Amino acid sequence: MALLEVKNLQVSFHTRNGEVKAVDDVSFTVESGKITAIIGESGSGKSVACYSLLGLIPRPPGKVEGGQALFEGEDLLQMSERQLQQIRGRDIAMIFQDPMTCLNPYMTIGDQLIEPIVFHKRISKKEARQRAVELLEEVGLRDPGSTIDSYPHEFSGGMRQRVMIAMALINEPKLLIADEPTTALDVTIQAQILKLIAQLQTKRDIGVIFISHDLAVVADIADDIIVMKTGKVVEHNDRQGIFHNAQHPYTKKLLSAIPGGTKTINPELHQPLITVSNLNTWFDQGKHQEPVKAVNNVSLEIRKGEILGLVGESGSGKSTIGRSILRLVPITSGTVNFDGTDVTSLEGGDLKNMRRRMQMIFQDPYASLNPRMSVYDTLAEPLLLHGIETKASVEQGVLKLMDHVGLARNFVRKYPHEFSGGQRQRIAIGRALSTRPEFIVADEPVSALDVTIQAQILDLMLDLGKEYGLTMLFVSHDLAVVKHIADRIVVLYKGEIVEQGTGRDLFDNPQQEYTRQLLHSIPGQALLA
Amino acid sequence: MWRFIGIRLLQAVPVILAVITVTFFLVRMAPGGPFDSEKAVMPEVKAALEAQYRLDLPLPQQYLAYLGDLTKGDLGPSFKYPGRDVNELISAGLPVTAELGIYALLVALFLGGISGVVASLKPNTAQDYIPMSLAMIGICMPAFLFGPLLVLVFGIYLEWLPVAGWGDIPGDKILPSITLGTAYAAYIARLGRAGMLEVMSQDYIRTARAKGLPEWQVVTRHALRGGMIPVVAFLGPAFAGLLTGSFVVETIFQVPGLGRFFVQAAFNRDYTMILGSTVFLSTLIVLFNLLSDILAAWMNPRLRAQFGGR
Repeated sequence: MALLEVKNLQVSFHTRNGEVKAVDDVSFTVESGKITAIIGESGSGKSVACYSLLGLIPRPPGKVEGGQALFEGEDLLQMSERQLQQIRGRDIAMIFQDPMTCLNPYMTIGDQLIEPIVFHKRISKKEARQRAVELLEEVGLRDPGSTIDSYPHEFSGGMRQRVMIAMALINEPKLLIADEPTTALDVTIQAQILKLIAQLQTKRDIGVIFISHDLAVVADIADDIIVMKTGKVVEHNDRQGIFHNAQHPYTKKLLSAIPGGTKTINPELHQPLITVSNLNTWFDQGKHQEPVKAVNNVSLEIRKGEILGLVGESGSGKSTIGRSILRLVPITSGTVNFDGTDVTSLEGGDLKNMRRRMQMIFQDPYASLNPRMSVYDTLAEPLLLHGIETKASVEQGVLKLMDHVGLARNFVRKYPHEFSGGQRQRIAIGRALSTRPEFIVADEPVSALDVTIQAQILDLMLDLGKEYGLTMLFVSHDLAVVKHIADRIVVLYKGEIVEQGTGRDLFDNPQQEYTRQLLHSIPGQALLA
Repeated sequence: MWRFIGIRLLQAVPVILAVITVTFFLVRMAPGGPFDSEKAVMPEVKAALEAQYRLDLPLPQQYLAYLGDLTKGDLGPSFKYPGRDVNELISAGLPVTAELGIYALLVALFLGGISGVVASLKPNTAQDYIPMSLAMIGICMPAFLFGPLLVLVFGIYLEWLPVAGWGDIPGDKILPSITLGTAYAAYIARLGRAGMLEVMSQDYIRTARAKGLPEWQVVTRHALRGGMIPVVAFLGPAFAGLLTGSFVVETIFQVPGLGRFFVQAAFNRDYTMILGSTVFLSTLIVLFNLLSDILAAWMNPRLRAQFGGR
C-alpha cells in the first residue's frame, strides 16, 4: 500500500472574480522511502494540493471540492480539524520555503523545536530538549547544547533551514512535505540542504514530497517526479523518464528553460567603457565596530558592448558593486571611470546627465515599480525628465518602448498589480531603456521569475542588448544563468574578486577552490550534462 | 541600553524647555491676571502682592527666575491658594489621578485587548464587525456623554453603583474608571486587531499550524506576543493621556484629582499652577513614552540584542 494516495483531488478558491480551480482532478501516490518531487511554476497548484491535504489552506476562500487522500488507508479529507491536528506535525510534517519568516522571531529555537513533541507525545520538557539537542546535532548545527537557546535571527538562512528540518523530524514523521525548501538559499547552501534532506530521508526510510519550481534542483534527489501546470498533473514518471524521455510538451519546455550552454563571445569587444579601480565601499556600523567591507579593493573593466556577469553568494558585495558604479551608494575610496569621466566626483547636473546614460534593473519587479503609477506614467516620466521626448511626442515614445520590450500596446493604462511578474520585469526593462542608456546594471533581474519566464526575459535582454548596443553588468547568484548570458564572468567572495574569465574558461578550467565549490553546487549537473 | 535611555532623556530636555517657554509667554499674553477680580483691590495691596510673586519684574527676568527655581525642583507658590506651593498641590492630586489612570488603563487593556484579538481571528465577519463597531462608538462618544449615561443606568435606574465620589463608598471607583478607560479600550482594540491580523498572516503561524497545534495555542503561544507590540508601544502615550485627560471624568464624578486643579488654574490665571502642571505632565509624557518604547523593544529579541543583552 502506498503511504499516501491522492485520488481526483479538486480544490478551488472562491474569489470575487468567481471560482478558480487551483487543483483540478489531481491524482498521485507517494511511496514510503522515496522522494516524490512536484514541479510546477507559480500558480500551478503544487503547493495548494499539498496544503489542502492537511487542511492548511485558508478556508474560505479555499475549498476542497472532491477527491480522496488516503494516508495509510485513511482519508485525510474526511477528517475533522481535531483529527488532522493529531496527524500534523506527528505523522506528516512540513518544511517551508523561507526559513527567515517561518520561524517565530519571538521564541528561542529550542522552545519552537520541542513544541511538536511535547504536544503530541506528552513527554517532559527536559526529555524533549534532550531529543532536540540530538536532532540539531544530526542536522549539522554546531554546539547545539548552547545554541538551542538562541533566537532565529542569530542564525544564517542555511542554519535556520536546518532548524526547520529538525523541527519537522522531531516526532519521526512518516511523510515529510518540503515546500521549496532551498529556493531562498545560496547555491552552495542549497547543495548542502539538498544533501541533508536526502540523507535523513534514506536513514529514516520515510516518504518525502519535495515541491519545487525548478527541475534542476530535484534532478539529483527525486525518485519520482510529478509535473503540474494550471492545477493539473501533466506528467508523472520516475526521474530518468522525466529527464531523458519527457512526453508532455510542457515538461519539454521546462527542461529547455533550464539555462544551459555557454555564450560564444565576440572577440572584437576590447575597448573598455567602464574601468573600476581599487573600489572600496564600506558600511559603518557605529563607532566601536569594524565597518562592513561590502566591496574591498575591487578593480574590473567592462568593455563596450559586452555583458559582464558578476557572480557571488549573498553578502559577496555583487549588488553593492553595481550600485557603487551608479553612485547609488556612497563609495569609500577608488575611482569609477565611465567613458573618460570619473563618475565618483560628479555632482548636480553632471550627475543627472550621467544617470541618464547608466540605468538599473532590479530583482523584484513587484517592489521596484510604483504601484500608483500606470505603465504610461512609469515610462513617460524618465522620457520627459531627461528631455528625450516632448509633451507632444511622449505618447509615441512610450508605445514604441512597449513594442520593444514585448508588451501589448493596450496595456498602457494598466497598473503594476494587473501584470504578472514577467510582464512587470518587462516594464522595468522598458523604464531602464527609456533614457537610451549606454550601460545597464541588471541586479538579479530574473531570480524572482518562473523558469520559463526567466528564459523569455533573458532572451529579451540579449536581443535588446544587441539592438541598443548596450553594455551590461549582469549581477546574479545563479551561475547557469550568468553562463548563458554573459561574455565574461567575475566571481566574487566576501567583497573581493576571486577569479574572472570567459564563461568557457571558468566552467571548464576553474583556477580557484571557491569557484570549483560554486560550480560543484549547481544542482542536476549529472543528469543535465 | 543605558546609552539609549540617556540619549532619549537628553533629547527630552529641549522639548520640555520649549513647552515651558511657550506656556510661560502664552499665559502672560492672555488678558487678565491672577489678582484681577470683580472687587476693586487697592493699588497698594495689588502692588505688594505683585512684588511678592515677582510680577513687578520685567517679563524676561520673571522667566529666568522661574527657570532658576525649576532647576531646584521648585515649581513656585500658587497664586490662588495662598501659603501652598504648586509642588504640594500636585502631590496631593497625583495619587488620586494616578490611581484612576491605572484602573482606566486596566479596563482599557482588558476590554480592548480581548475585543481586538477576538475581532482579528475572524476578519470581516460578525465576530469582527461587532466589537469593531463598538470600538468606533467608544472612540466617538465623549466622556461627558458616556459618563452621565453610565451614571443614569447603573447609578440611578439599577442603583448598583454610587454616582460620584472617590474612595468614600465601596464601588465608587468603578464608573469613573470605566468611563475614562473606554475610549482607550477602543484604540487598543483597533491597534490589537491590526497587530494580530499582521502577525496571523506571517509564515511562522503556518509553521505552528503545521505542527498540529490547536488554533487557540497558535494564537496564545505564537501570535499574541508579536501582535501586542503595537499595543504596548501605545501604552505610554495612553497612560500619559489618561493622566492629562482625566479632568472631564474627575469633574463628572467629583474625583479630587489633578485634572480639576489644572482646569481651575487656567480659569484663575494661576500662572505658576498652569506652568507647574504643564511641566509636570509633559515630563510624565516623555517618561512614559520612553518606558513603553523600552518595553516594546524588550519584547522583540532582535531589538533586545541591539541593546547589548539577551
